[in-house]
Amino acid sequence: MTKSWWKITSFVLLIYTVTGGFLLDVPRLPILNETIRNLYFHVAMWFAMTILFSISFFYSIRYLRRFDLRDDIFARHFASAGCLFGILGYITGFIWVSVTWVADQGQSLSGVIREPKLIFAAIGLLIYGAYFVLRGSFTDIDKRAKTSAVYSIFAYVMLFVTMFIIPRIVEGSLHPGGKGGQGGNPALNFKDIDSRLRMVFYPAVLGWTLLGVWIATLRIRTQLITDKPLLHTTHKN
Amino acid sequence: MKTSSKIITVFLLMLCLTTSLFAQQTDVEMADTMRSNGKIYIVVAVCLTILAGLFFYVWRIDRKLSEIEKQEQ
Repeated sequence: MTKSWWKITSFVLLIYTVTGGFLLDVPRLPILNETIRNLYFHVAMWFAMTILFSISFFYSIRYLRRFDLRDDIFARHFASAGCLFGILGYITGFIWVSVTWVADQGQSLSGVIREPKLIFAAIGLLIYGAYFVLRGSFTDIDKRAKTSAVYSIFAYVMLFVTMFIIPRIVEGSLHPGGKGGQGGNPALNFKDIDSRLRMVFYPAVLGWTLLGVWIATLRIRTQLITDKPLLHTTHKN
Repeated sequence: MKTSSKIITVFLLMLCLTTSLFAQQTDVEMADTMRSNGKIYIVVAVCLTILAGLFFYVWRIDRKLSEIEKQEQ
């Protein structure tokens, strides 16, 4: 076990998330009812995804500065951990939609599918999906690392456009922060999110992110072992 | 009165305040029955078990990987 304190922190925080997330008091809201607790799981997934993609973005830029293949391995596995959390966020969103917007609010499924955040989150994730397709299409490792690092920067920028900008400027988003609501990022706005929710939400985000980092580092360490011969022969510029 | 006991008193007073607030907003349907009969603890116990199991599994992989890393050096 290397540097295990943050792994323990992740465990403790997620234990707190599950316990506090189910047992602590939450605001009583119509339609949402108890499902408001999904904030600690569904929304936290997207936050963790964004942080993991940010780490991947950092390593992509670092690769382009130093051309060290280790940075490329880091960028790749943080991106894949980010995708895992993104897909989990999407699936949990589907489950949440089916009870609140479709069943309780009486919206048609086609109306829900037109939800801008749903469409653009899918686009954002697909752009990251193409990152892995791009990687797979190279045989030359240096070329692969260079091109995918450049593409990763583009994908990261597009993620912000598709997930955080467009759904908030077009009409018809039911997600918090959409047009017609208060705008901005409701989860980060202190006036918008209830303080009782914040008490579990922020630890939840940190806990899930650390778990994602842990999973990513396991895969990175595995690849560092398997690619050891390659890493030793390549020179650092 | 010591500072610690003051803090505890204030905390208890605040707790009373929140319970009264809680009692006022019962018009929205929540899983209150589940809470009153304590079955929510079963849900929490199940989720915690799954979480602990997952973490144990990841931890085992981590330890195995560390062993391999040591051998490689």
